Amino acid sequence: MNESTPDVPRSAEGTRLDPWYDAYAARAHQMRASEIRALFAVASRPEVVSLAGGMPYIAGLPLEDIGAMMQRIVTERGQVALQYGSGQGDEQLREQITTVMALEGIAAHPDDVVITTGSQQALDLVTNIFIDPGDVIVAEAPSYVGALGVFRAREAEVVHVPMDADGLIPAALEETLTKLRAAGRRVKFLYTVPNFHNPAGVTLSLERRPQIVEICARHGVLILEDNPYGLLGFDRDPLPALRSLSPEGVIYLGSFSKTFAPGYRVGWALAPHAVREKLVLASEAAILSPSNIAQMAISSYLDHFDWQGQIKAFREQYRERRDAMISALQEHIPTATWNVPDGGFYVWVKLPEGLDSKSMLPRAVTARVAYVAGTAFFTDGQGADHMRLSYCYPTPERIREGVRRLAGVVDQELETVRIFGAAASANPSTVEFPSPDLA
Amino acid sequence: MEIMILAGGLSHERDVSLRSGRRVADALRDRGDNVTLHDVDSDLIPSLRNNHIDVVWPIVHGASGEDGSLQGLLEMLGVPFVGTQAKEARVAWVKPVAKAVLDRVGITTPEFVTLPQSLFREVGAEQILDAIVSRFGLPVVVKPARGGSALGVTLVNEPQELAHALVHCFAYGDIALIERAVHGAEVAVSVIGEGDSARVLPGVEIVCEGPYDYDARYNPGRVEYFAPARLDASVADAVAGTALATHRELGLRDLSRIDVIVSDNDTVNVLDINVAPGLTEVSLFPQAVAAAGLELGDLYREILEGAAARGAA
Repeated sequence: MNESTPDVPRSAEGTRLDPWYDAYAARAHQMRASEIRALFAVASRPEVVSLAGGMPYIAGLPLEDIGAMMQRIVTERGQVALQYGSGQGDEQLREQITTVMALEGIAAHPDDVVITTGSQQALDLVTNIFIDPGDVIVAEAPSYVGALGVFRAREAEVVHVPMDADGLIPAALEETLTKLRAAGRRVKFLYTVPNFHNPAGVTLSLERRPQIVEICARHGVLILEDNPYGLLGFDRDPLPALRSLSPEGVIYLGSFSKTFAPGYRVGWALAPHAVREKLVLASEAAILSPSNIAQMAISSYLDHFDWQGQIKAFREQYRERRDAMISALQEHIPTATWNVPDGGFYVWVKLPEGLDSKSMLPRAVTARVAYVAGTAFFTDGQGADHMRLSYCYPTPERIREGVRRLAGVVDQELETVRIFGAAASANPSTVEFPSPDLA
Repeated sequence: MEIMILAGGLSHERDVSLRSGRRVADALRDRGDNVTLHDVDSDLIPSLRNNHIDVVWPIVHGASGEDGSLQGLLEMLGVPFVGTQAKEARVAWVKPVAKAVLDRVGITTPEFVTLPQSLFREVGAEQILDAIVSRFGLPVVVKPARGGSALGVTLVNEPQELAHALVHCFAYGDIALIERAVHGAEVAVSVIGEGDSARVLPGVEIVCEGPYDYDARYNPGRVEYFAPARLDASVADAVAGTALATHRELGLRDLSRIDVIVSDNDTVNVLDINVAPGLTEVSLFPQAVAAAGLELGDLYREILEGAAARGAA
């Protein structure tokens, strides 16, 4: 070969590198590879302080003891552990889960529990059996990005309802449901994270809980209560779950991912009897059965370990990290505002006027710090002025360093906004599909 | 031959680099070669010192991988490596510098200006934005003066989009390159070898629904590729000649990808120069290799053998 074109056969046939391109469902064509997601590849490097992922502090677990437990499960009960299991999940674990839920005031029968592959699968199952394309789901503003990804995949329309420091605002919910009904829209369910909200960090107050339940009951709207963080409060006992106020009007989702370990991927749904039946059928269609070995590990952990003591230890570790993040924000980014969460994993930071968290992210990655842009938590373009910072995984020293780096990024971005104006910083929003970094 | 592939790094293109590195490693392992895949991290120098490595292939995209830094380190360590040497990589990496070099030898690139963020502050953004529109008209392409994978790149069609495009660009780097947009057939030409022995592979024509952005590049479907490009023979020869001349003029070595647009009057405009082209399953270089009827693993082996035989710089 030389300067002239190589002598190869010329073909008018092109390729899209995907022979099935014309076969996808229409919704698959809406999926986009995001350069923002690509940036998160850097966040896994130790040089980067990742304040992005909601990853529990697994190093705080008694890993050697858990290893011995896993060995016993395989050597002593391997023929069951490595076999298929029940579609609804192991009966003994379902029984144990009722005792976990009792800590939040829920009286439940094990028959109404469906064990799932993380509560993320439970979210998908509920959405699968309730949502036709175009149906409305009402959700907090902001709302968990992983739920928004499921809702979008099922082609639901999400309508956001605002929150304040006491969580979802009842009057705003009332107004939204009334307007939607007047417009002839059928709301299939309210999706809510009532405790230590992801990403907002706030908790639905005790006073508002019965109000929310009453409003939804009056409008004939089911509640999907997603509660992975309820036992991770720093300063007080858990509040009663919405499910404890309305056994027939609430589907409750729980998880061991935040209170024990996400690697097992074990969560559950507690649903009214008729709904539960459909969830089991949908789950069997999707995965046949949840992992036996993972369920046995969770069951054994609940039986033989001081799991409530471990949660208490986690709470102390997370409180120390929360304090480190709040003091670092006060020291380094006083021009921002934020909530002070009394549990959970997240601080929801409002940036100084004119900044766009999504536009700023590449600059942050260059500065070796990562966060999740606020736009990920909305379906309607809101959130650019916020970012979610997670304090659960990095040590307090790393958190302080991460916030210090972030302060430099904010200063640089403010300079850009001063030059070009706030409008130029605004970025078109898209819903990100969930990844472990965004959980 | 003991081969080490470097992939990853800390640039914005880490993800693409890791994918490229794994693909190349797989292609070589399929033909029985011994390959170690290594990140660019604090273990790198000990690994190079403690293991017998015949040749290193840095497949690190973005800063440090393409700006000559990593190449400089390998030269300093006396390790034979695949790809362009540090000095030449530094020139090719900075788009306005590379464009100036090409301009001097009559290779056409789109008319452009480079503007650091600080200048907008000093002179006033509004006046500069007006000047850009009156000088180049619209559309223009705004991109970081250094970078790849279309990160921070925006095609600006309306005056009110220009400020946002610059803000987006400055999030990836301090200097923006603003280019007059050129319309026509977009062709990526892969070049292998160096100097007089360099040769081109068939050009890959890119037909994209919407902008050829990150999604278009890495989420197959929106782009239709034609390899070889659907060009008249004389135009195809001009494209190949331009790519080869670019590769030689910039002193590129072993492999490169030269992206061009053939505008309506058959002018070949060089858009971008890649000293570490993407080698993922959806990248253009492997498509060119396939269009040439070559086996990827065999070609990669040939490139590595050449680098190993050449020895350290």
